[in-house]
Order: sequence, then structure tokens, then C-alpha cells
Amino acid sequence: MVIGLTHYLTLAAILFTIGVAGIILNHKNIIVILMSVELILLAVNINLVAFSTHSGDLTGQVFALLILTVAAAEAAIGLAVLVAYYRNRGSIAVDDINALKG
Amino acid sequence: MYDLIVFLPLVGFLIAGLFGRQIGARACELVTTGLLGVSAVLSWVAFFSIALGHDEQALIVPVANWLTSGKLVVAWALRIDMLTAVMLVVVGTVSFVVHLYSIGYMAEDKSRPRFFAYLSLFTFAMLTLVTADNLVQMFFGWEGVGLASYLLIGFWYERPSANAAAIKAFVVNRVGDFGFALGIFLLFALTGSVGLEQIFAAAPGMAGKTIHLWGIDWDALTIVCLLLFMGAMGKSAQFLLHTWLPDAMEGPTPVSALIHAATMVTAGVFMVARLSPLFDLAPNALAVVTIVGATTAFFAATVGLVQNDIKRVIAYSTCSQLGYMFVGLGVGGYSLGIFHLFTHAFFKALLFLAAGSVITAMHHEQDMRAMGGLRREIPFTFWMMVIGTLALTGVGIPFTSIGFAGYVSKDAIIEASYASHGFGATYAFICVTFAAGLTSFYSWRLVFMTFFGQRGDWAASPPAVAHGHANDDHAADVHGHDAHAAHESPQVMLVPLAILALGAVVAGVAFRYWFIGGGVEGFWKHALFVGADNKILEDMEHVPALVSFLPTLMMLIGLAVAYYMYMVDRTAPKALAKANPALYRFLLNKWYFDELYDFLFVRPAFRIGRALWKGGDGAIIDGLGPDGVSARVLDVTRNVVRLQSGYIYHYAFAMLLGVAAFATWYLFGGIR
Repeated sequence: MVIGLTHYLTLAAILFTIGVAGIILNHKNIIVILMSVELILLAVNINLVAFSTHSGDLTGQVFALLILTVAAAEAAIGLAVLVAYYRNRGSIAVDDINALKG
Repeated sequence: MYDLIVFLPLVGFLIAGLFGRQIGARACELVTTGLLGVSAVLSWVAFFSIALGHDEQALIVPVANWLTSGKLVVAWALRIDMLTAVMLVVVGTVSFVVHLYSIGYMAEDKSRPRFFAYLSLFTFAMLTLVTADNLVQMFFGWEGVGLASYLLIGFWYERPSANAAAIKAFVVNRVGDFGFALGIFLLFALTGSVGLEQIFAAAPGMAGKTIHLWGIDWDALTIVCLLLFMGAMGKSAQFLLHTWLPDAMEGPTPVSALIHAATMVTAGVFMVARLSPLFDLAPNALAVVTIVGATTAFFAATVGLVQNDIKRVIAYSTCSQLGYMFVGLGVGGYSLGIFHLFTHAFFKALLFLAAGSVITAMHHEQDMRAMGGLRREIPFTFWMMVIGTLALTGVGIPFTSIGFAGYVSKDAIIEASYASHGFGATYAFICVTFAAGLTSFYSWRLVFMTFFGQRGDWAASPPAVAHGHANDDHAADVHGHDAHAAHESPQVMLVPLAILALGAVVAGVAFRYWFIGGGVEGFWKHALFVGADNKILEDMEHVPALVSFLPTLMMLIGLAVAYYMYMVDRTAPKALAKANPALYRFLLNKWYFDELYDFLFVRPAFRIGRALWKGGDGAIIDGLGPDGVSARVLDVTRNVVRLQSGYIYHYAFAMLLGVAAFATWYLFGGIR
């Protein structure tokens, strides 16, 4: 079986869907949301790399590295915010976080 | 000249009303009274120049065009004929003396400019009414006097009872005015004009015409006259629409004298006389006029017997005398009604102003039971009151026409009612004859209770429950009544009394020949319509001797009974009241008319109003309108606000759904 572009795109789509589902269906822990966001970013990376390879253009892989970097930074900031939030509120359960409600 | 007579009071009203604050109360009094004086003098000049002149046609003084709309042409114009001249004299003279009197009577009041402005406004409206050349202008004056009456009854607006009385007078008058307006509409529909000249010209042609309504053919003229008479009943406080007049005594006493005795209430009599060419062709309507007038004369006299408020006694007397006037008109003697109007204006204004003088002397006490023995303390007022009473009760020398004013005019009406063969005339004769005795009784009762005996002779009896708002105390009345001796009124109040007393004494004898005697034709010319077979003034002279002596006899009986009950055996009134408690209460409560109307009209009106308010306005209009819409908006928002949960994943999910929807649309339908 030749692994082709379609397989990569399917994998990326599955990862993306899992990420989105993780955001929407998760009611427990906000860390899971951060992990889901990482998953979505990874799915995007897979897409970029797959298309890059497919079309023989390295630019896409450069972008993938860039996104990894940004994702790392984002995860760091996100966790920092989370710690600060936990100190303030004493809970990081998703169901407790509804300050946006009018 | 005629312009001046009518418009000088208007000038006075404008000056006093607009600049009263600037020029001060004293100046207002002088200006309005002075202008009225000029107007009154000119009225007398006009009276004599027309009476002695030979101008057969009415003089029309055009003033301005008012409105023209298709066939409807209404102009401001003054119609000057003898009838107008008589009314000008009555209104001008009484209004002038009342202005003069008010300077003294209202001296303690702080809003005199307003009072004098209202008085002048009233006079202007009344003069427009009597000089009207068309029915619309007459209606203008009619409503104008109603307005002035409302304002003056409610002059002391701090008192709830005065406000209630003013509203009552206004509302009851609206009932009559509704009929009057309908009558004008119908006349316009029938003749195509509202001008008096055109209507009179068309009147003979209207006889026999019918109006088809509700499946019955009605006689057009009768309907017109009855509708117009409804207006007259309201304004002249006739039976069924009389309830406002006694309450109108809440106003200052000069107002009662001017508006509710001498002038405005006689507007109905004037109107019927003015439209005599119509009424003369509608005998059925005349019969109604006779019967209503006779009933009023009798009814009001009976109520007057037991009232204890000095002004109310005279008010019921006015009501009764207006009934006499309508009887005079109803039997076809239009000049009789106007003659009684003329003499009545003098002696009734005199009685009211004298009563005002008594009230002033008693420090604003109106209850006769608190009075007594005033003869020695205020002799001038006493003699004026006696002259007024002699005139009202009709004292004169039997079988001649020499006597006080009321003797000449009232007895003529009684004789005419006997002589007439019209429907209801016999009933009227019985009523007015009996009423003459009652009139004498209550008039002398008033004099005896007020001026004879000792102060407080009658105070032992408990206060009347019929009306608790009798007191005329516009000035804060802190001192006790009995502590102070009564004092005679100032000169400025006594001179008007003397003028009116002169009128009360001589008006009957002096003018009899012109008004109802041999000089009728030359005096009235064509101002009053007299049908070809209308011989009432001649028949009146040929009644049996007993009939012409009867009014005098009744007067003497009334006097004798009053003298016995209030001078000789002073326990008799109370004993009589105790013997007939039901009758006494019936009379004291004015035949329970107020209660009846309260039950029949006032309370149902309140109920309808409340139903419309709660049901119509509250439930339907508000419920379906603003309140309903806002409630539905609230319902929607209450549901919408639940979407705003505050959970991030909800928003994210909504975003996802949106993206999915857009993607689907893009893929399967949308943009190609």
C-alpha cells in the first residue's frame, strides 16, 4: 500500500476532528482544551508538510517548523495563564468557568 | 351705539383680565364698572328710542363675517328690536349695579381683578346672546354665559363644594345645550339657514311638514321647538334640569344675583320669546312649555318652603318664577313672559343683593336659623328686603293694575293661564295659583326668620343634613358670629339696592301699558310674533273677578300662615315638621332629585367609565398595545438570554456549527 496524500489528509482531518471534539465535549479540565488546541495545530502541520512534499516545495515545511515554535510558546503562555487562574479561583474545571455569562 | 353697548364689557374684561395684575384691583373695579355704566346708560337710551320710535323692522348692525361654508353662512351681526332692547336694559342695568355692589361685597377678596373680569365677560356673552341675529351667534353667547357661570360658581376654587357645584352646573347645562344644538341643526336642515330672518320667513311653510324617524312621522316644527326648549330648560333651570341652580349658590352672592337670578337663567325665556314665530306654529310644543313651566313653578316653591339657607330659598324662588315666565310664554302670551322677566330681574336681583348684605352683616353666615332680630341692626337692608318681598309676592291693589312689580306681571300670567284654552293651561293655572301662596309663605318666612325675633331663636334645632356646604365664608371667619353685632353694609352696596328697589316698585306700573297693556302693538312692533287668532292679552282682561282676586288672596293666606308660624306661635314649624316627617324630609331633600339623578345617571356613568377604563383601556388597548408588545419582547429576550451561557465550549460549538453550515452551503448550493 502506497501511503499517498489522501492518507495524510485523512489523518490530519481525524486529528482535527478529535481536537475540536475535545474542545466541545470536554467539561472537566481546561488542560484538556489546551491539549486539544495542540492537536488541531498538529493536524494543520501534517497538512502543510503533506502538501509540501506533494508539491515539492520546502516552504510548507518551514512553515510547519514555525508553527511548532509558536505552538510551544502558546502552550507555555496558556499553562502560565492557567496556573494564575487556578491561584485566583482555586479551580480549573471547565464548568466553573463562565464569567462571560451576562 | 349698539356696538358700544355690546363691546364695552368685552373691553372691560380684556383690561381687567389681561392687565389686572399690573393696574391693581381698584383700577379693575373702576374700569369694568365704569364701562358697564356707560353700557347701561346707552341701553336705556336705546330702549326708549326704539320704544318711542316707529321703526317697524328690526335694525341689523353688521359686525363681521364669521364663517361661510357652502350653504351655511354665519355672520356676526347685532339684531336690534324691542325684545333685544328690553334684554339690553335688563342685562345692562343689573350688571352695572352688581358690578357696583361687588366693589363693596368683594372688598376683602384677594382676586378681585379676576372676579370683575369674569363679571364683564359674562355681561359681554349675555349681550351677544340677546343681540344675536342668527342661531349660531346665539349659541356662542349661550355657551359664553355658561362658561362665565362655571367660572364664577367656582370662583372660590379652594372649596371643593364650589368646584363640584360649578361642574354640576356645566354638565347639566350641557344636557340642555345638546338639545339646543340639535334643534339648530334640524332647523338648518329644514330651512337651509341659521339666520333668524330667513327662519321666520320659512316658518309658515314648515307647518305640517313631517320628519320620518323610527317609523313614525313626526311634526317637524314640534320637534324643532321641543329640542330648542330643551336648551331653554337647561339654561333656565326648569323641572328635571333644575338641579344645578341651587348648588350654583356656592358662587359669590353678586354672581347669584346677576347670573342665577336676573340674566343668564332668563336666557331660555328670551330664546323662546325670540323664536316665537316658530313656537306659535307648534301648539304641542307650547303645551309642553306650559306644563314644564307650571310644574317648575309649583315644585320649586314647595322646596323653598323648608330650606334654611337664605340664598337657597331665593334660588328656589328664582326657579319657581322662571316657571311662571314659561307658563306665560306657553299660553301664547310671549310679552307676558318677557314682562315678568323684566320685573323679576329687578326684584330678584334686589332680594339677592339684600341677602348678600345680610350675609355680610352676619359675618358670612348663611343659615337663617342663626339669624333673627336684624331689623334693628340693619334697617336699610331690612326695608330693601321687604320691598323685594312685596314685589316678589305680588302686593297690589286688587282689580287695578297698581302695585309692586311682581303684582303686575305675575298676576297677569296667572290670569292668562286661566283665560287660555291651550292644552295644559288649566293645570298651569292651578299650579301657579297655588305656587303664589307658597311664594308668599317662603318669602315672608325668610323675612320673619331673618329680621324679627331674637338672634338664635331658631338655633336650637339641629343643623340641617340636607346640604352641609352652606357657609359663604370666603374670608377666614375666625370670630364667632354672635359675639359681634351685625353691621350695616357700606354705601357702595346700599346704592345698588336702592336702584333696584326703585325698579322693583315702579317697573310694573310704569311699563305695564307698553309690555302687556294697550300699547303692546306700538311697543313690540314685530319683535314678538302674535298669531292672528292669539287673543290671550285681551282674554286675560276679561277673566272673572274671583280669578283676578285669587293671586292676591293666595298671597294674603301665605302671609297670614307665615306670620302665624314664625311670629305668633313659634313652635308651629317644628310641630308641623314633626307631624309630617316624611313630607318634611321629602321637601328638605328637594324631592330627592339629586339622589335620583345620582342613582340614574351619575353612578351608572361612573360604572361605565370604570368599565371602559379597566376593561376597554386597561385590558384591550394597553393589553394588546404597549403592555402586550413589551411583555412579548420580554418573553423573547428571557429565552434568548439563556443562549448566553458563558461557557467557552458552547460558543465554540456554535462557531463550528456555523462553519459547518457555511461549508455545506458552499459545497452543495451556494456560489458556483
